[in-house]
Amino acid sequence: MKQILLVLLAITIVSCKTEKKEEEVNIPKESKAIAVELMKKRNEDTFEAFPVYNFSELEPLLNKVDNKTYVVNFWATWCAPCVKELPYFEQLNAEYKTKDVEVILVSLDFPKQYKKKLVPFIEKHNLASKVVALNDTDSNSWIPKVNEDWSGAIPATIIYNKDKRRFYEQSFNYKELQKEVNAFLN
Amino acid sequence: MKKIVQLLCVAVVILGISAFTSGTKDGKVGYKVGDIAADFKLENIDGNMVSLADFKEAKGFIVTFTCNTCPYAVAYEDRTEALNKKYAKLGYPVIAIMPNNTDVKPGDNMASMKARAKEKGFTFPYLMDKGQKVYPQYGATKTPHIYILEKTKKGNVVKYIGAIDDNYSDASLVKEKYVENAVDALLKGEDIKVKETRAIGCSIKV
Repeated sequence: MKQILLVLLAITIVSCKTEKKEEEVNIPKESKAIAVELMKKRNEDTFEAFPVYNFSELEPLLNKVDNKTYVVNFWATWCAPCVKELPYFEQLNAEYKTKDVEVILVSLDFPKQYKKKLVPFIEKHNLASKVVALNDTDSNSWIPKVNEDWSGAIPATIIYNKDKRRFYEQSFNYKELQKEVNAFLN
Repeated sequence: MKKIVQLLCVAVVILGISAFTSGTKDGKVGYKVGDIAADFKLENIDGNMVSLADFKEAKGFIVTFTCNTCPYAVAYEDRTEALNKKYAKLGYPVIAIMPNNTDVKPGDNMASMKARAKEKGFTFPYLMDKGQKVYPQYGATKTPHIYILEKTKKGNVVKYIGAIDDNYSDASLVKEKYVENAVDALLKGEDIKVKETRAIGCSIKV
């Protein structure tokens, strides 16, 4: 097992180098663990339906400053209440497009499930909202950055625009969602 | 005299407001680190009723709200069992409580809990929060959600709230073992460095 890992590691490092010559591939002392993570990440980065981000890559999407109102929903295909409310977010994205509202669905599916679960789910439900996958295991460091009050339970949603922001650790129906979003549009 | 009455009124009002806000300011209820945790009496998978008071020799407890059906909880099953193997004999047994409404999540009913415990060889009590009364007292919001308690003369004091460690997806990549560090500190009589952590989990089904 160890040998296979080492070989894989070597291949990854080499292939990273050849593919991304101009990009610094950062492999410090604890190289093995990080390189393995990197390797996983590079392989998973190739989905067409969604990009895979770590938290620092996701963060700009939570802090855009323009004329839109953003509805960012944290969900996963295995989270039943998330899946239940997803159609409302889709409906909102469609019906409020003209009102400068954009829905972003941040999936917390496990990386090993991307291919098996997330990709088929997006296809099956024909999701029109922007989907991104967040793969950042050190949740203790980033959960408070999403919101100080978030315990980490999903579903969770942020609604924000350049003037204000609200966080919800709860499920929504369409009416409730509309009501909250409307409060941002006035 | 009038002044004193006025001052008293103001004091009462301020106290009243602060008491109200501390409980409901951000909608958070439940225990904080330092609070005394209430005992409970819940049915175990072996049919017996279990309370913290039953563990006469224990120095404290690793209470975890967990279930069968949440992938995050499942990801931590082996690590939870390992915690019990390591710490039960040192005085900190794992007590697992299943908080979900089993009408919503039939996969978490008593029969399923028994089956899962047998399959995984759980050596810790796996209790059903029947009527869902215990998890709101603690303030658990998700599975898994861990509370480390230290037994004192005053009662079971909450010493740590949060995750088992900093990597749910791969035990071999863990950098910080929050629960182990906390229990180790308690066993040595030292201060716990990280008393509260946050992790993604499945909302408790009501």
